[in-house]
Amino acid sequence: MEEKAEVRLMKGNEALAEAAFRAGMHAYFGYPITPQSEVIEYLMAEQPSHPECVILQAESELAAINMIYGASGAGARVMITSSGPGISLMQEGISYMSSAQLPCLIANIQRGGPGLGTIQPSQGDYFQAVKGGGHGDYHLIVLAPASVQEMADFVFEGFRLAEKYRNPAMILTDGALGQMMEKVVLPPKGSLPYPEKPWATTGKTKDRERNIITSLFIQPEKMEQINLGLQAKYRQIEKEEVRYETIAVDDAEILLVAFGLTSRICQKTQQLARERGMRVGLLRPITLYPFPVEPIAALAAKVDAVLVVEMNAGQMVEDVRLAVEGKCPVQFKGRMGGMIPSPEEVLQAVETIAEKQHAEL
Amino acid sequence: MDIPPLTNGYEIVYKKPQTLTDTPMHYCPGCGHGVAHRVLMEVVEEMGIQDRTIGVAPVGCSVFAYDYMNIDMQEAPHGRASAVASGIKRVLPDRYVFSYQGDGDLAAIGTGETIHVVNRGENILMVFINNGVYGMTGGQMAPTTLLGMKTTTTPYGREVKTAGHPLRITNLVAQLPGACYVTRQAVHTPTTVRKLKKAFRAALEYQQKQQGTCFVEVVSNCPSSWKMTPAEANKWLEENMFPFYPLGDLKLPAQSN
Repeated sequence: MEEKAEVRLMKGNEALAEAAFRAGMHAYFGYPITPQSEVIEYLMAEQPSHPECVILQAESELAAINMIYGASGAGARVMITSSGPGISLMQEGISYMSSAQLPCLIANIQRGGPGLGTIQPSQGDYFQAVKGGGHGDYHLIVLAPASVQEMADFVFEGFRLAEKYRNPAMILTDGALGQMMEKVVLPPKGSLPYPEKPWATTGKTKDRERNIITSLFIQPEKMEQINLGLQAKYRQIEKEEVRYETIAVDDAEILLVAFGLTSRICQKTQQLARERGMRVGLLRPITLYPFPVEPIAALAAKVDAVLVVEMNAGQMVEDVRLAVEGKCPVQFKGRMGGMIPSPEEVLQAVETIAEKQHAEL
Repeated sequence: MDIPPLTNGYEIVYKKPQTLTDTPMHYCPGCGHGVAHRVLMEVVEEMGIQDRTIGVAPVGCSVFAYDYMNIDMQEAPHGRASAVASGIKRVLPDRYVFSYQGDGDLAAIGTGETIHVVNRGENILMVFINNGVYGMTGGQMAPTTLLGMKTTTTPYGREVKTAGHPLRITNLVAQLPGACYVTRQAVHTPTTVRKLKKAFRAALEYQQKQQGTCFVEVVSNCPSSWKMTPAEANKWLEENMFPFYPLGDLKLPAQSN
């Protein structure tokens, strides 16, 4: 029944789960936390139709990420999902996996923090996702969906990139995208090929040396080489995997930059602004790491001002400022703690900038 | 490395199993780890399962176990070896999977994983080396440190009032329905080594029957952290550790035809 693409009305969390089955996931280890518990519930309910796939509820996020480590090291295609506090608990394991170069897909269905915070949507984990998150110098490949369709599509893309680069990949989304229902086109099962994994610990056969999965390189000379290798990989990812989209930027005087849910809000703001005669465009980073530095820099040279909109206290805005390098003013509009800015609220911020620019002319 | 057979009338009766590498071990003189590694790898060789065995090394003195064991291995974060082993076993259920952990790893920071791995009855072998002290970090108190025992973090001896009781986690594990075979062995004399080897063999054979977790505690020593010679350490082991951690089987598998 799942041999062809299929159209369904689904929650974002369910679409992500169903996409994982269709992307040929071998194992999922998780732990309940709002607002993402539908993922494991859906996987458990549908598992009988996918007997080749292991779905296990672990005793903690700590145990779950280490089961992911073991299963990935054994060559399996693996996924784990959680939200804020659970993702924080996993950071040690994610750092180990980055060093041991183990592919996996992690989804963070963000909620408001810090601390136990709230179960309402947020983008407060941007820094944690794109700057590493755990100890040591490393990066995840971070994809930011903005629709239920992308919640499904980025599962395929996340697995593919994670395995291509032997690196953990993360889908950074939020409780609103996880809970909202939209139409989604699901690709057929078996459409994502499995790469060879000659490094996996599957049992040492006579024709090869033993395989070891480790992040321990106690000689500093060796550890430095490992780090240089990782950094070379990140430079390659930065060169080849940047994804973003733009709307009406060609004649824009004010550029909105937003990812995920806020990019959809800004899309509405951008339309409202155009209706009012303001030349406003939108750039939406799809990969948060690697970050679309060059496209932002190029547009910054043409526009009068940039407005970054996030559901946090101002995190991605730092990366935008680094990309803009003072070419134009960079403003920030944010809501925190589970609050979602309205398009009109963002429009007000746009109007303020427009008035200021006008006054200066 | 192939060692040519001796020809001058002698017969080889004992040699290094090819499941061990040629890497010299870093363990201190008198330490039990080297022998425990060896007998475990002898069993893997004798059962002919080198190509189907995957080990998980912990954080602790045996963190480098993968340098010595000539099998596929993973090195786990501190305390999580049994969770890593569960992940491996779940996706490769026909392989033999073991974790090899010390007392700090298994019974302090990894207690949650230990209890739940056994409670789920994961079909793995958990090897638990208990020497009552943190060796690698320089001799701090372990969950299994005996009362009165001096360590760098209990310099006046472990007291119940401040540090609580030594944890007999093996007794706890033996109560769980997911446990198949739970035994406490030692590694300091030829007799105990032979018994330990039998326990490892039994545990790996039970793994095939998928009856639950096999748990082998090895009550061992740490001459360096105990500030003793190897001979003194073994005497102290018998006089102090064995009364609190008595050797023997705590749970045997249910009889099946």
